[in-house]
Amino acid sequence: METKSITFPLPSEVEPVAGTENAQFYPYFTKVGKGDDERFWFYNGMHFPEPMPAFDTITAEAPYMSLGAYNTRVFAVPTVLGIDHRIINGRVYISAVPVFDPAEIERRLALFQERAGYYFSNWDRLYAQWSEKVNALLADIAAIDVPQLPEFEDASVVTDGTGIAQNFYLVERFHTCVESMLKMWQYHFEFLVLGYGAYLTFFEFCKKAFPEISVQTMARMVAGVDTLMMRPDDELKKLAHLAVENGVDSAFVSGRSANEILADLKSRNGKAHAWLDAFEKAREPWFNISTGDGFYHHHRNWNDDLSLPFSAMVDYVADVKRGKSLSRPTERLKEERLRISAEYRALLPSDDERAVFDQMLGLCHLVFPYVEDHKFYCENWIATAFFNKSREFGALLARHGFFADAEDVFQLHHTEVSLALSDLALSWASGSPPRGPEHWPPIVAERKRVLAAYAEWTPPPALGPMPADISDPLLLMLWGITAEQLTSWSQPPGDSNELRGFGASAGVVEGIAHVVRSVDEISTIKDGEILVCPVTAPSWAPVFGKIKAAVSDIGGAMSHAAIVAREYGLPAVVGTGHATKRIVTGQLVRVDGTSGIVTILSEAPSS
Amino acid sequence: MSASGRESEFLLWFDEIGIDDRASVGGKGASLGELRRAGIDVPPGFVVTASAFRRFASRDAGASVPAELAEAVARAYRTLCGSDDSAVVDEPVAVRSSATDEDGADASFAGLQDTYLWVRGEAAVAGALARCWASLYNDEAISYRARLGISDDAAAMGVVVQRMVNAHAAGVMFTRSPLTGDPSVIAISSSFGLGSTVVGGEVTPDEFLVDKVTGVVRRTTISRKEIRHVPNESGSGTREEAVPEDLQTQPTLDATAVARLVEIGRAIEKHYGCAQDIEWALDASGDIFILQSRPETVWSGRDRENARKAALESPKEKPFDHVFSFFGNRKT
Repeated sequence: METKSITFPLPSEVEPVAGTENAQFYPYFTKVGKGDDERFWFYNGMHFPEPMPAFDTITAEAPYMSLGAYNTRVFAVPTVLGIDHRIINGRVYISAVPVFDPAEIERRLALFQERAGYYFSNWDRLYAQWSEKVNALLADIAAIDVPQLPEFEDASVVTDGTGIAQNFYLVERFHTCVESMLKMWQYHFEFLVLGYGAYLTFFEFCKKAFPEISVQTMARMVAGVDTLMMRPDDELKKLAHLAVENGVDSAFVSGRSANEILADLKSRNGKAHAWLDAFEKAREPWFNISTGDGFYHHHRNWNDDLSLPFSAMVDYVADVKRGKSLSRPTERLKEERLRISAEYRALLPSDDERAVFDQMLGLCHLVFPYVEDHKFYCENWIATAFFNKSREFGALLARHGFFADAEDVFQLHHTEVSLALSDLALSWASGSPPRGPEHWPPIVAERKRVLAAYAEWTPPPALGPMPADISDPLLLMLWGITAEQLTSWSQPPGDSNELRGFGASAGVVEGIAHVVRSVDEISTIKDGEILVCPVTAPSWAPVFGKIKAAVSDIGGAMSHAAIVAREYGLPAVVGTGHATKRIVTGQLVRVDGTSGIVTILSEAPSS
Repeated sequence: MSASGRESEFLLWFDEIGIDDRASVGGKGASLGELRRAGIDVPPGFVVTASAFRRFASRDAGASVPAELAEAVARAYRTLCGSDDSAVVDEPVAVRSSATDEDGADASFAGLQDTYLWVRGEAAVAGALARCWASLYNDEAISYRARLGISDDAAAMGVVVQRMVNAHAAGVMFTRSPLTGDPSVIAISSSFGLGSTVVGGEVTPDEFLVDKVTGVVRRTTISRKEIRHVPNESGSGTREEAVPEDLQTQPTLDATAVARLVEIGRAIEKHYGCAQDIEWALDASGDIFILQSRPETVWSGRDRENARKAALESPKEKPFDHVFSFFGNRKT
């Protein structure tokens, strides 16, 4: 691989987007500084495909605080410490901190063996404990009661002698809310590095034994078939079947909103009510899945915004009536996974190697439920609960004139929200008007303008000098970053009608492309189109029942688009770098999910 | 079809032989018989045995086959062409040397003896047989044996006479990667016409790399195939011709043919229990025939060497101990 010719701009060379030169709303520690030009950074577009509103930077701050803590301080991973992040023109760039000194690696390895060994040896017990901790955290968030600052305190403050007025709770409870997010991210990484470690160890062995094996095939051997992340979509399918069985399917008319469908059902007889009861039951917990992947405040969950699940159910009901099977071929997928594993195992040259294969694959199957299922609790359920609780604080501030709209709270960093709440707490105490209503609205308006300007910017996929060794397995698996990928990314999108990414799910199809930049647009996808998106989230699953193939800008073989596409047996190419920039809705494209090549075959009909 | 009387010493049909008959019919003939036993589609044929060679062969390239044997070969040829009377037949056959020490210890011996394609008619078959025999005494073969210290008297050969496949495309298939030795893939090289262009390196063939286990075609490389070997219009023999311009960059195999080849490759490998180097042809009606299969030698040799040293990895006390080795070793 010739890598010398690859160059990316240095972090300090990136010019601010025109008109945003004076923008100052990210924490100082996320700004480009001394030494950054000597390091290699890449744009984490998989998790942060949009410019960051100030509040949402917590979704970078919290995970890197936790990931690094586990790698560096808790488990003492021998060869890599944590990840630094910088926010440049609203985009999150990250850089890992490797360990090179052999003596240091040796010292860390001793500790790592002891500590990670303890986790692996006690995996089931610790994982059960993890579930308890996470459920307790969910209860804690739900219990946060945003103080409403009455004119006079409740009499109980006097009769119980509590000694604390409501304005104290205002700041305290917001801090509890922020801490819940930080804590969730701590739990998130408790097992993750070890889980990925098990995968990567197996992958490395497979690549030695079978130099030409695809990551896709290895991923298929590792992956479970029934994961929690598939449940919400399965629930929609069950509800669609129930609607037909109960004879209330006529309510599910294409074009109707969720509210119209619900109102229609409520006006009907007992069987409709049985459906509504089943619907309410499915909502908790399964509708706590995010329509995004929990990294932005506007990634609402299905309970907040019923339009996605209902538009999916309208389609599913139509499918049921046409006699189309909605069930995923779970049994077939399970058998196929067993067959593939057994045949690769049989190809190994010795009993010793077959024993190693069994050990490593067994370990992958031990960690798989955590690696997949934590996403439902963490990025989906807890993250959306956190943003919703923050919204309540926003609503309180808006009522007191700080903002025109509760949503504006997300234009403030969480430390600024603390300040605004202190302002409100003080003014409530003094009886004078708060200062916030003069201070914040112009700032909010300016930041919205800046974010809009950032959204027009095309972030370079990477910055700084490329290291000689880019073989970091974690980057490869999750982000699809390889030397080859970087080379292709470093070429500006030009005339070529070919895009290269990772073949994530095998097969070749041609079809009409539909470019979808955010989750709000996914209901516009029509049957048989090819989804082209920056990155897909688990809750997009319903759309996979409609599309012919999927293409994403960002993602590796274990990314969600890849896992879901394989579940649905659709060709997928992930990690193309800039498919959403190069492909236009309406173009005929060919997706080769085996070789990872997407070809634009014809221009979109001009409209 | 069965040889009768003492003919069976000199002529054996594919159905009568297997891999253990190498000494009497040569490596190629034995392998073709064995493949038919395994249920693989091999064009039907017979072998003129090593005994016949010892009894009748002349070292002289110009010599003809003695009448006694020529008559038996002519009868077998007519049977092979489906004719049970004495009518003149001229169905095309391949006449191929099958040396008793060929395809054995040293694969490079393959190709030192002659093969004649599109041979038509009794006389032409007898002529090709004589030329095959004589090829055991050409300069290359003699110096090759001298190098290996094999005496000329010890050398013998069977000669295969086999129905010709009218190849639309043909080529070679390895049941492990020729580049990396990966046993989980099948590599197919394919070009238009007879496989001789691929074996002889006269074209850059299309290449298909397929995952053995999943059947997924991992890489397809379609090359410009400028020439092909085809039968002479006049009758016997073959000639080189230009592939029509618009056909040159067309794929030689479609997905169905690739999948079928992989299936056959896996079956042969399973039958022999080791990786194979296979010659195949696809006829105009889409049927695939196997023309030869022998053990892959390069990588299996390296495997044996590696096995003597150490396994790739050894099982550990605890499964997660592997993770420690992985994280403890930074590649530099």
